[in-house]
Amino acid sequence: MNTIFYIAAACAVFSSVMAVVNRNAIHALLFLILSLLSISVIFYILGAPFIAALEVIVYAGAIMVLFIFVVMMLNIGSEREKEYKWLSPRMWIVPVILASILLIILIIAMNDFHPERTMPGIISPKQVGISMFTTYILAVEVTGILLLAGITGAYHLGKQKKKVLHRFMLKVPVEKNEKLSEKNI
Amino acid sequence: MVTVSMEIQILFAGIIFLIGLVGLLVRRNIIFMLMSIEIMLNSAGLVFVIAGSHWMQADGQVMFIFILAVSAAEVSVALALILRMHHHFTTLDADSLNKLHD
Repeated sequence: MNTIFYIAAACAVFSSVMAVVNRNAIHALLFLILSLLSISVIFYILGAPFIAALEVIVYAGAIMVLFIFVVMMLNIGSEREKEYKWLSPRMWIVPVILASILLIILIIAMNDFHPERTMPGIISPKQVGISMFTTYILAVEVTGILLLAGITGAYHLGKQKKKVLHRFMLKVPVEKNEKLSEKNI
Repeated sequence: MVTVSMEIQILFAGIIFLIGLVGLLVRRNIIFMLMSIEIMLNSAGLVFVIAGSHWMQADGQVMFIFILAVSAAEVSVALALILRMHHHFTTLDADSLNKLHD
């Protein structure tokens, strides 16, 4: 089991790096899906089968499909040259240095962190559901309100608004109007 | 079951988080910034699940479900905003959004 953990972890790190570095949006999205799938393997062997299933269904299924739809609607393939201009190698230096400082801090902190050894086991979906609908029932309802707000916001932002030039010019398109005026002349 | 120590598991989640952070700082394309935020949210949920499995409590998994719902709501609104931005500015460069008017 430990080897599976290390293999899945290496796969997740590699595919996350590729998702961040890649210049092609679709390739980056596919690497991101691979990263999510390998993290779901880690969830499964950590004893959280319900979360592993949710990760595959919701993250790798629903959210990534949303991303792919948007990328295809925007037709980003034509912006490849711009990406090369935006991503000069010099820009990587400072963020990578900052991130490695944070990583060193994390390693030092983990050296001093000695949690007691416990024997982990599988936490069944039943336990999760019981905990969710008794202890956290208020948070579940608030999450429902949040999702409703998200749907409403996305609908409002995605709606195409009609441009109204004048209240008399609502129905008549501009070109038609010009043709009519030419005929009259 | 996994017998890898908890420190290594949390270190792994931290590395994933840092990859997402570097992506968020470096990329200028706003879709890639959103993808990096997804990576970071996912690694935060990973820490919750690791802690929950270490102490055999279901609370960690419940928290992961909440993070999942929050990230789904966030992504739907953010992608609608990106569509509007591309419609308005015809670019995905986050640095082009530096004017308040028009």
